[in-house]
Amino acid sequence: MKMYTHALIRRGLALAALALAAASAADEPPPMSPPGTFNDFGRFVAQDGATLFRSVCQGCHMPDARGAQGAAAYPALAGNPRLASATYTATTVALGRGNMPPFSFMMTDEQVATVVNYVRTHFDNHYDDAITAADVHGLRPQDKP
Amino acid sequence: MYCLPILGILARRYRIGAEQMPGNVGDPSISRRELLRRIGQGAGAAVLYQSMTALGLAGESDYSGAIDLGAAPRDASVLILGAGMAGLVAAYELGRAGYKVKVLEYNERAGGRSWTLRGGDEYTELGGFRQRCEFDPGFYINPGPWRLPYHHHGMLDYAKRFKVALEPFVQTNFNAFVHSSKAFGGKPQRFRHIHADYHGHVADLLAKATNRGALDADVTREDREKLLESLRAWGVLDKDYRYRMSQQTSDTRGYDVDPGGGLGSVPKLSSPIELRDLLQSGLWSYLTTPLDYDLNPSLLQPVGGMDRIAQAIYREVAQNVQFGARVVGIDQDDHGVSVRYVDTKRGDTPLVAKADWCLCTIPLSILSQIELKVGAAMHDAIRAVMYLGSVKIGLQFKRRFWEEDDRIYGGITYTDLPIQQIAYPSMGQNTSGKGVLLGAYAWGNSAFEFTAMTPEQRVRKAVEFGAQIHPQYPVEFENGVAVAWHRSPFTLGCFALWLDDVRAQHYENLCRIDGRIALAGEHASRLPAWQEGAVLSSLDAIRRIHARAIAKAGAA
Repeated sequence: MKMYTHALIRRGLALAALALAAASAADEPPPMSPPGTFNDFGRFVAQDGATLFRSVCQGCHMPDARGAQGAAAYPALAGNPRLASATYTATTVALGRGNMPPFSFMMTDEQVATVVNYVRTHFDNHYDDAITAADVHGLRPQDKP
Repeated sequence: MYCLPILGILARRYRIGAEQMPGNVGDPSISRRELLRRIGQGAGAAVLYQSMTALGLAGESDYSGAIDLGAAPRDASVLILGAGMAGLVAAYELGRAGYKVKVLEYNERAGGRSWTLRGGDEYTELGGFRQRCEFDPGFYINPGPWRLPYHHHGMLDYAKRFKVALEPFVQTNFNAFVHSSKAFGGKPQRFRHIHADYHGHVADLLAKATNRGALDADVTREDREKLLESLRAWGVLDKDYRYRMSQQTSDTRGYDVDPGGGLGSVPKLSSPIELRDLLQSGLWSYLTTPLDYDLNPSLLQPVGGMDRIAQAIYREVAQNVQFGARVVGIDQDDHGVSVRYVDTKRGDTPLVAKADWCLCTIPLSILSQIELKVGAAMHDAIRAVMYLGSVKIGLQFKRRFWEEDDRIYGGITYTDLPIQQIAYPSMGQNTSGKGVLLGAYAWGNSAFEFTAMTPEQRVRKAVEFGAQIHPQYPVEFENGVAVAWHRSPFTLGCFALWLDDVRAQHYENLCRIDGRIALAGEHASRLPAWQEGAVLSSLDAIRRIHARAIAKAGAA
C-alpha cells in the first residue's frame, strides 16, 4: 500500500494519496474511530448523524470522509462540492447512485435526513440548509401498487 | 459468491431472523421501482433480499464440457483484463486455440475473489487498514467463494482437468445450532431438534385436519389413507397420529442420554419442543436452507483452499499475466483495442497494451470509473448495477471445542446475531489441537456495520457475539482475520446485484460484444456471485469473440 501511495503522489493524485498516506504513513495504525452500533433485525438503531456515519458511511467513504483509491475510488465526502445540494446528497443515500446501493431500505426518512445533515456540516463541509425527514420522504417513489 | 450464493435465497439463507420476514415471501420477482415503493412503506431489508431470490433460481449450469474453439486466425491477439476465474479461463482456452494472449491484473496475485488467506498472508484494505493473517500452518479461510455445488459443472471440470483435489464441504449439519437471541432465552437449539419437531407438529396438525374431514374436498378417500400413512412416517407420529415423546421421536431428534454398552447408560428419551414455542421462535425459517438448489448436498471444496483452482489455471498461463497493472482507459477502433494502464509499483506515465480483441472481466464497480470507448447501451449497463458488500471473519482457536465439546463436525450454525453464521471447518475433523472456523459471514446491514469497523474491531465483535453461542470463545480464541468486501481495493464490493428490472433493461447490453470489446465475470452471468457464473460468462464471451475473429479474418 505504501508503494502504491508513493505512486499516486508521483502521479499527482494528491487527494487520494493524502488519504492513503494518512492511513499508512510510518506504519502507524489508521485512526481508530469508535465503532458504531449494530442493527436491530435489519434496522439501523442509531438516530444521530455521527453514529450513523460511523456505523455505515465510513465503511466506504472512510473515517475521515476522504474516500479511498484502489483499482477505482470511493469519492471523498470531505470538501465535496456536490454536497452543496442537500437533495442530491439525500437522493444518493436513499436511492443509491451508480454502483452504490440504496440505503432507504434500512434507514428511516429521519435517519437519512440526520446523516445527510451531519455529513454536510462536518468534514470541511459548511452547508447549513438542513434537509428534513419530510423532504426525504418526498424523494421516495410514491406510486401505489 | 461467489461469496455466495447470495443471491439466491438470501432471504432464506442469510436470514437475519424470522422477524424480518414480512408476509410477502414468495414474490421472487421485484423491480427496482417496486422495491423502492415497498421501502417507502417500510417493509425493510427483507424486501431487498427477496428481490434477489429470483437470481438464485438460475437452473443447472449449461456447461457442456471442455470448450473447443478450433484454431485462432493467424496472429490474432486478445487482451484480457483481470486474472480472476473469468480471465484465467479465457487466457487458458484462448491460448490453447492459438491466440496471442496478455492478461493485465491489478493485484499482485491471480485469482481475484477466488482467494484464500493463510498464515503469513498480508492484506491491506481500502483506507490502508493492514492485516497479517496469524493462522498456524495448514489453516485458512476463503474470504470469497468457498463451496462448489454439484451442479456447477464448469468449476468442477476445471478442477478435474487441472488435477485439483476436492473434498466434501459440509453445508448441513443436524447437530449444528440454529439460534435466535430472542427465543429460548437465547439458548442455541440443535438443528435436529427444530427439524424433527417442526415436521412432527405439522404432520400432527395435518393428520388432525385430515381426520376431521377438513381436507375432504381436496383429497379422495383412498388418497386420504395414503396421506395419513405418509404423515405418520414423515412426522414420526404415534398410533393416534399424534407427535408425542417416544422411542421413535428420540430416534429422529436424538436422546437426552444416548444408549450405552454393557452396564453403561440407559437411554433417556428427549422431549419435543412445544408447537407454540417452536412457531414463535422463528427458528423453523432455517429449515429450508439445505433445500436450496445451490446448497443441496453434495457440495465440494478444494483441499487446502478455494484459490487452488485459480492458481492451477494461472500456472499454465503465468508467462502471459502481468500483475500490478491498474487499467485507466480502454479504447478501440476498427483495427483493434488499446488499453492504457499504470504499473502500480512504478506509477509513471500510463503504459499501453494493444490487441485485436479485449475481454474485460473488471468488476462493474471498477469499470464504471474507467474511461471506456463503448456505445451508450453498454456504458449505461455498467453503471446500472449496484454492488453489495459482505464480511467474512476467520478465527483461530486453541482447540476444536465445537467438535470436542459440542460434537459439531463441519456445517453451519445460523443465528440472528450480526455474525449471522458460524461455519465449522470441513477439514481436519476430529483431530487434536487448534482449529480455524469462519466466525462471521455477514450480509445486509450487519455487513455495512462490520465494514465500517477496523479489522481488529470486527474480530473483537465476532468473538463477542460468537461467545453467546459458544461460551468457549473468549478462553480459546487466539487470532483472527476479517475481510469486508466493500473495502476490497480490487472490487469495491462483493458482487453485482441485479434487480429484475435492471436485468431486463441492461443485461443483454452488458453481455453483447461492443466492437472489439466483450465483458465477462460473475456480473455478466445469470449465476451472480458464483464462480460458475464467471466461468460460463467467460466461455460464452470467448466463443463469440472467436466467431467474430474468424469472420473478420475470412473477410480480410
